[in-house]
Amino acid sequence: MGNEALSEDVDLSHVDYPAVQQSPEFQELRKTHRSFVFPVLGACLAWYLAYVLLAVYAVDFMSTRVFGSINVAMLLGLAQVVTTFAVTMWYVHFANKHLDPKAERIREEIETGVFLDRADEGTVR
Amino acid sequence: MLRFEAASASPGEPWLNIAIFGAFVAVTMVIVFRASRNNKTAADYYAAGRSFTGGQNGSAIAGDYLSAASFLGIVGAIAMTGYDGFLYSIGFLVAWLVALLLVAELLRNTGKFTMADVLSFRLKQRPVRIAAATTTLVVCFFYLLAQMAGAGGLVSLLLGIGDQVGQALVITVVGGLMILYVLVGGMKGTTWVQIIKAVMLIAGAGLMTVWVLAMYGFNFSSLLDRAVEVTQNPAILDPGLKYGVSEIAKIDFVSLGLALVLGTAALPHVLMRFYTVPTAKEARKSVVWAIWLIGIFYVFTLVLGYGAAALVGPEVIAAAPGGPNSAAPLLAFSLGGPLLLGLISAVAFATILAVVAGLTITAAASFAHDIYASVVKKGKPEPGAEVKVARRTVVIIGIVAIIGGIGANGQNIAFLVALAFAVAASANLPTIVYSLFWKRFTTRGALWSMYGGLASAIVLIALSPVVSGSETSMLKTEAIDFAIFPLSNPGIISIPLAFLLGWIVSVVDNRREDALKQSEMEVRSLTGVGAEKAVSH
Repeated sequence: MGNEALSEDVDLSHVDYPAVQQSPEFQELRKTHRSFVFPVLGACLAWYLAYVLLAVYAVDFMSTRVFGSINVAMLLGLAQVVTTFAVTMWYVHFANKHLDPKAERIREEIETGVFLDRADEGTVR
Repeated sequence: MLRFEAASASPGEPWLNIAIFGAFVAVTMVIVFRASRNNKTAADYYAAGRSFTGGQNGSAIAGDYLSAASFLGIVGAIAMTGYDGFLYSIGFLVAWLVALLLVAELLRNTGKFTMADVLSFRLKQRPVRIAAATTTLVVCFFYLLAQMAGAGGLVSLLLGIGDQVGQALVITVVGGLMILYVLVGGMKGTTWVQIIKAVMLIAGAGLMTVWVLAMYGFNFSSLLDRAVEVTQNPAILDPGLKYGVSEIAKIDFVSLGLALVLGTAALPHVLMRFYTVPTAKEARKSVVWAIWLIGIFYVFTLVLGYGAAALVGPEVIAAAPGGPNSAAPLLAFSLGGPLLLGLISAVAFATILAVVAGLTITAAASFAHDIYASVVKKGKPEPGAEVKVARRTVVIIGIVAIIGGIGANGQNIAFLVALAFAVAASANLPTIVYSLFWKRFTTRGALWSMYGGLASAIVLIALSPVVSGSETSMLKTEAIDFAIFPLSNPGIISIPLAFLLGWIVSVVDNRREDALKQSEMEVRSLTGVGAEKAVSH
């Protein structure tokens, strides 16, 4: 990217990471990330666990024929595949739109010296 | 439909099988040699200079992940035990969401070469690195055993080599080839072998799937009807044939399901693949590619499994050398004769070779980078020494894998792989998640969680029916029985235990970890500041 030359110039060992961590932009990024991945993953794992438990403890229901010899178990199995694909696409869309721009802005600020340690540079926000 | 002269003879032409496999080895060898010309630094050797694109790495991940257990094991399991085999496929796939949402990008942003890089980032280097390297080596060893055992069974079917000595010889040849690939090619060569293999495997399975469906007018329901007719067992369409037989079997299945879904994101050889791309965004793309390829492949397994039941029949499969693992090759033979059998067999061999190579480089990197360079040499090895140690480790691991593979020959491969997943989910996942997401996590918590998870998983496996107590156990006799733990997969106990240990020990631990490091890790993991860059040649 265009910023690579710049990023080489800033010594990252002098970045004041706690200041970055406490900055509102970073807290916002952290919140956006967590409030997507935790609930979505939780829901997916619950949906998977429900499927496993149905396969083990609700065999009669899972064996119900739907079309010809295709039963509920096969449809639910394929539904797991479909939801996995759908969540994948959803996350990619979300990350491109909401996570990457925020992360990129903070990264640029750090690499251009906005968060350098006060002891070394004196540039403080 | 199919008739065999003798149970030990191979269907098809052993020489044709050898020729097709030989061609694969020759082509990949040339590519590995060409790819390895730029292998200079540790970043080249372990992480292929971080130069692969998301699409390439995603294909390589699929090549790394779709092991012999997935292809031979699941198709065989569906053919023999019906729907229950498909449950493996679903677990193996859904597991990728954990890797995508929680692990891949954050790991790429904070680590360098190995899982231990991330786990020891803000905790005490030495003890955490040693623990992470230990769990890495143990998981790789279990996984390697499974693949090598699969190689032995496959060989007996394809080359008509029924005796133990002949099979041992072939396992040695497979192991030797793998050592050569990894030694010469490093991560770059290994990645190319995995990409080629992924393309061959998915194309081969896709071809067979379309072929099987075409025989039944693209009506999946009539394929199922035929499978029921041949097996004379309508229950193969329903869950429960294998795991519904008793209350213990049901809990065992839930335990397996947990291990599968939580194990993937903690497999060291999968995690290491995320370092071969230049940025976290490419790591994300890799996982997306991998999920599509792996998901499509697992849908194929459903058709292939019932196809094998309908076209070959469980009796023929059970009687064939290699047992259920031979279902997919036998299906290929009944569809396309010796030529398709030869092709599919070469794919299966390539599968084993590629996965074994990926495991070996992971284990070698972990030993050389985490133990030798970081712990023994305190992070200051002489230039070039680390890669030299890694190469030597490759040879040692190769020899151990050959010996272990000969010993494990004949074991059920899907099963051994499931155990590797259980160990990975117990020993690694809690520490990965806590160190990325939980500020209060401490070194002591990490050590308790990793060693506790590892020890509980292994002890429970040792005390399970897998090891002793029956003719089908590892000890192969009823006379010795110390199977006091009733489940064959320990996940349902050992995974929550490891999470609990990491949490409780951290909470009661009054020592504080380095807050600066925690800030740095969190900022770096989410923004990608200071992440390792691609090597430019």
